[in-house]
Amino acid sequence: MGRTLAEKVWSDHIVRSVEGEPDLLYIDLHLVHEVTSPQAFDGLRAAGRPVRRPDLTLATEDHNIPTIDVDKPIADPVSRAQVEALRKNCADFGVPLYSLGNIEQGIVHVVGPQLGLTQPGMTIVCGDSHTSTHGAFGALAFGIGTSEVEHVLATQTLPLKPFKTMAINVDGELPEGVSAKDIILAVIAKIGTGGGQGYVLEYRGSAIRSLSMEGRMTICNMSIEAGARAGMVAPDQTTFDYVEGREHAPKGALWDEAVAYWRTLFTDDDAVFDAEVHIDASSLSPFVTWGTNPGQGLPLSASVPSPDDAKDEVDKVAIERALEYMDLTPGTPLREIGIDTVFIGSCTNGRIEDLRVAAQILQGRTIADGMRLMVVPGSARVRLHAEAEGLDQIFIDAGAEWRGAGCSMCLGMNPDKLTPGERSASTSNRNFEGRQGPGGRTHLVSPAVAAATAVTGHLASPADLA
Amino acid sequence: MERFIRHTGTAAPLRRSNVDTDQIIPAEYLKRITRDGFEDGLFSAWRKDPEFVLNQPEYQGVSVLVAGPDFGTGSSREHAVWALQNYGFAVVLSSRFADIFRGNSSKGGLLTAQVDQEVIERLWEMIEADPSTEVTVDLEARTVTAKDLQADFDVDDYVRWRLMEGLDDIGITLQHADDISEFEATRADFKPVTLS
Ligand code: SF4
Repeated sequence: MGRTLAEKVWSDHIVRSVEGEPDLLYIDLHLVHEVTSPQAFDGLRAAGRPVRRPDLTLATEDHNIPTIDVDKPIADPVSRAQVEALRKNCADFGVPLYSLGNIEQGIVHVVGPQLGLTQPGMTIVCGDSHTSTHGAFGALAFGIGTSEVEHVLATQTLPLKPFKTMAINVDGELPEGVSAKDIILAVIAKIGTGGGQGYVLEYRGSAIRSLSMEGRMTICNMSIEAGARAGMVAPDQTTFDYVEGREHAPKGALWDEAVAYWRTLFTDDDAVFDAEVHIDASSLSPFVTWGTNPGQGLPLSASVPSPDDAKDEVDKVAIERALEYMDLTPGTPLREIGIDTVFIGSCTNGRIEDLRVAAQILQGRTIADGMRLMVVPGSARVRLHAEAEGLDQIFIDAGAEWRGAGCSMCLGMNPDKLTPGERSASTSNRNFEGRQGPGGRTHLVSPAVAAATAVTGHLASPADLA
Repeated sequence: MERFIRHTGTAAPLRRSNVDTDQIIPAEYLKRITRDGFEDGLFSAWRKDPEFVLNQPEYQGVSVLVAGPDFGTGSSREHAVWALQNYGFAVVLSSRFADIFRGNSSKGGLLTAQVDQEVIERLWEMIEADPSTEVTVDLEARTVTAKDLQADFDVDDYVRWRLMEGLDDIGITLQHADDISEFEATRADFKPVTLS
């Protein structure tokens, strides 16, 4: 019987496989950041263990760092201590680190692909659930906890049970103004926040094939929001073109050897998935969330749902709680929801292509009165790239804050936070209670919807601006 | 890690679904670089509400959390496990757990026992009617018992073995260091390295 893409990558990394035990899987690339690593390095120190492969490990500072005044010492002493711990740990254990101020610094999931370190057929892990992003290249990439970070640092392997596989088939042509973000929000609304649990999702179909690498990354990024550990897209010419020429991409004869291998990485015609989902791309429209988990989303043209629409008692309680937290009334058209802050950034939508989409809409326009618009590039290189194209000036002229690279208001760990009761439209990936700051209310949106919303002051799509 | 065979304690009902790790421990607590002292951050937003279950006098000293479905979704932060343990929880019961959270729990020795939602509902009623009800979770027998209720729970065989033996994963893996070296020798030359 044929094999799926995920199964091929898995079996190419098995170090040891014994009946009744998890497989021991080799890890090709381990990405590290300041928040989930200090306790892991401490564990190594306590046990007197070295980092087995510092040359397959890369650290960057992203979650906790400020996005303004980046040339000054970090004001918050606790944040500073955490960043300093990472610097010391990397120095002590010989792990390469891109610190704040380095041109390669940025959100770990933007940095890997940008450097060409993320390649098809690799196993990639990081102490961060959105590691699923790298699956866009046909890598098997997933988030791990701190104990597993320590395990990979010490052994460059992980004991794991094979995942089940689910095909997400998205066929048909995407309507104008509908993006990768809308696809994935629609997928999550369809299968639910637990629907992907235990699965690797493979995104397939003509709508996926026609997406850029940035779009594929946005989709794979949010696989975790459907409960899946990983998402994947089989590599194709779009993938090879993106990787070619980047700093860590193979060169010369090695490039040809690599591409020959990468071309074998697809799901065989006779392979069987454990589950399949079909989505008609041509039926999609801009999608936004109204509630407090990423599965609570609807087309922008819809209205706030009522607890009476719930499918069961548990769902009813969840809707009631979400409406209360979000301060929304059933039946209100989503387009009428007023927004205080728009955040454009994160590992979901903080890449150059996302900034271009937003800038195109904001060009020659200004944001609504009282609106705060924060634009935070995903990496220092994205920032430079945007500045070279003049995008920064478009944002600033529209009334936005143009900031340094980092996670920023995606998780509100640095000073970039919502205040209690403040409502945001955010291109990030999580609308959990308090995610962007205690008491803050988040609506997840695409970059295009974010930009249009900043102009109108309420949830809107670019079509509403015409 | 200590061996986990069985645990008996009083329980708290958490009548919520989709309890994500941002609720279990908000990001602001993640700046710490230690493994302990996270009990103050556990459910910190909800604990500001005097009505929240863990603020009720009858649920002080609980060590079993009985939660709604999809517990532990979201971020991979292992701090969520530490916060639950630091607070005093030894077991979480739910009808469905998020994968990463479940994996993290097993590493830290927190038992996540998966039971049917129907069992959760019965436990909620039982402990709300009598908060002093003792719940016993027997990992060896894979059963949850409370008063006249007895139910089986699901736990991965390998995780169960490791928890019962109190074994550390890294130690187990390093016994196979030769296999790892052998595999490394076959790694394709075109694969990238971060240091030259
Ligand atoms: S941008 Fe947000 S989701 Fe992405 S790594 Fe940073 S905190 Fe996590």
